[in-house]
Amino acid sequence: MTTAAPLLPPADWRDFLALTKPRVMTLVVFTGLCGMLAAPRGIAPVLAFTAILCIALGAGAAGALNQWYEADLDAVMKRTAKRPLPAGRMDRQSALHFGVGLAAFSVILMGLAVNMAAAAILTVSILFYVLIYTVWLKRRTPQNIVIGGAAGAFPPLIGWAAATGEVAVLPVLLFALVFLWTPPHFWALALFIESDYAKAGIPMLPVVAGERATRRQIGLYTIPMALVAVAPWPLGLTGAFYGAASIALTAIFGALAARVTIGRNTPGMKPEKRLFAYSIIYLFVIFGALVVDRWLA
Amino acid sequence: MGDEQELIQRRQKARAIVTAVLLLAFVVLTFFITIAKIREGMAQ
Repeated sequence: MTTAAPLLPPADWRDFLALTKPRVMTLVVFTGLCGMLAAPRGIAPVLAFTAILCIALGAGAAGALNQWYEADLDAVMKRTAKRPLPAGRMDRQSALHFGVGLAAFSVILMGLAVNMAAAAILTVSILFYVLIYTVWLKRRTPQNIVIGGAAGAFPPLIGWAAATGEVAVLPVLLFALVFLWTPPHFWALALFIESDYAKAGIPMLPVVAGERATRRQIGLYTIPMALVAVAPWPLGLTGAFYGAASIALTAIFGALAARVTIGRNTPGMKPEKRLFAYSIIYLFVIFGALVVDRWLA
Repeated sequence: MGDEQELIQRRQKARAIVTAVLLLAFVVLTFFITIAKIREGMAQ
């Protein structure tokens, strides 16, 4: 005789919303919108709205599939233990069906309503996040967020492709900016929640290589990130407003990263928390500056 | 048992309402997408 798993009541709709990681989605939607607004050609407002909706739904689908696959890891980490699956408020099959359905819907809608180029990049970004980052890299290598960071870098490319139907140098630089921003951002976080990652057995850099190596890597990744952030101006892709804003914002990022690089673990981990918080503001403001620069031009 | 049945019914009702609202929003969006596509086609 076999024992059946206890049946859960149907999940609350708010738990499905939580599966989509709405807070992560904010940055994804914003960078996608900025990629679209920075493009030289505009599209009808309703199609622009649809493209942004598809980017949000695609990101939500990737987040849901990530939580479906990582329910066991989430259960042992304080930061994620209250999510719907580890907290036992939803069965795994519902999360899988929701994630796959949402992914398919977002890609099909993008392809039919906007264009195939944007739909193709959206597909790659979802598959990259789920298969390359979540399934393949996250549990295997401390380089997980370096390579996996590409998944979060796609939205400006998708936004640009939605408006123009093609890819150009500026959105590729925006992709590179988010890609190179991801390691310092996540490693600053990993430094102050290292014990959480260690408990879950996730090979984040501080767990595998130690605190000093992580601090050095934060400094090393900040250099190419700074170059890529400022590059659109000398390359003639943006105006002086973006140039001045990117230099000022990146200088602050560099100063905060330098403090973390030369620092040591302290009880409050203030420099690390400051870098983590500023890195989020940095990305919002630098993308905003790009859009303002376009309007000024 | 009664409480659980009530919880299940409450959640099913809430999910049905959310699904209906989303479907209605999708219908409206599809309408406006169609209008935008027709205008795009006329402009070319």
